Amino acid sequence: MSVITIERKVLEKNDQIAAENRSLFARHGVFVINMVSSPGAGKTSILEQTLGRIGISVSAAVIEGDVQTDLDAQRVAKYNVPAVQIVTAGGCHLEANLVRDALTRIDLSKIRLLVIENVGNLVCPSNYDLGEAMKVVVAATTEGDDKPLKYPGMFRNATVLVINKIDLLPYIPCDLGRLKENALKINPSLKVFETSCTTGAGIASWCDWLTDQANAVHRP
Amino acid sequence: MHELSIAQSILDIVCRHLPKGADARVKTIRLTIGEMAGVVTDSLTFCFSAISEGTPAQGAALEIVHVPLTVRCRACGRDSAITPEAFICPACGGRELMVTGGRELLVKEIELHENGASP
Repeated sequence: MSVITIERKVLEKNDQIAAENRSLFARHGVFVINMVSSPGAGKTSILEQTLGRIGISVSAAVIEGDVQTDLDAQRVAKYNVPAVQIVTAGGCHLEANLVRDALTRIDLSKIRLLVIENVGNLVCPSNYDLGEAMKVVVAATTEGDDKPLKYPGMFRNATVLVINKIDLLPYIPCDLGRLKENALKINPSLKVFETSCTTGAGIASWCDWLTDQANAVHRP
Repeated sequence: MHELSIAQSILDIVCRHLPKGADARVKTIRLTIGEMAGVVTDSLTFCFSAISEGTPAQGAALEIVHVPLTVRCRACGRDSAITPEAFICPACGGRELMVTGGRELLVKEIELHENGASP
């Protein structure tokens, strides 16, 4: 019987490219977030609100990941930021090599903030490091207050939770307190923001925090 | 369905470790998969059998050791197995937990068919 010991991480190649991306970001002093959520939670809307507000203080760029179309890149390009669309053509998540390839089309020396908007999916993107500083998970109130319990992997791996569509709370059976409590049960160190892209509620404090994070990154 | 991409990574790793020049064929692939690794075993097995066709790993069995989610409490220091629905120390109720097991996604080893043996 011939047995060969291997002992290798299945995602070692992705992790290695992610580490290369991360050191590239560090060399240019760019703060990078990986935005994740289920489809339709409002990642792109939050991004539009964010770019509209922080444009003056922080120069940003965006990488959009979608299964098809460049509609999201078109949406964010209106805010005069470099926007690169990755079309995964069926792929349910972004991988580090796709981000690395997209980076060839962004001048990192000209930006302080890079937002990677992942494919809408609360499962698959969870375990793929892209080289980001942190994952920001968006959960919409319309998804119900039990989302964190159903997708613990993503909420555990995220640093920030943005609860979006809070303007709809009066009309739907979602308990905001329970949603936060469930999320903190999975990850007690989550930083939580509550936003509405319709009324603009909470966008300012999210943008202030994001600006502070970007400005805190050491600029070589 | 990221299991397809995981299956591809496993196949790449296995093929890279096959003895050079020999007509090796893989009989068994032993994997360690944690509860929090986010992998659906049935999907993985299905995807692997599809993409390994025509490779030295065609027909190889995936033997999977599942690792439960375990944590160490920063408050009381106790090690516990928990379910992923609540990261709370069963001993003291502490919330600051360090994950000590359950994130694994490893190719441990492979077993080859004996020379000349049919698969």
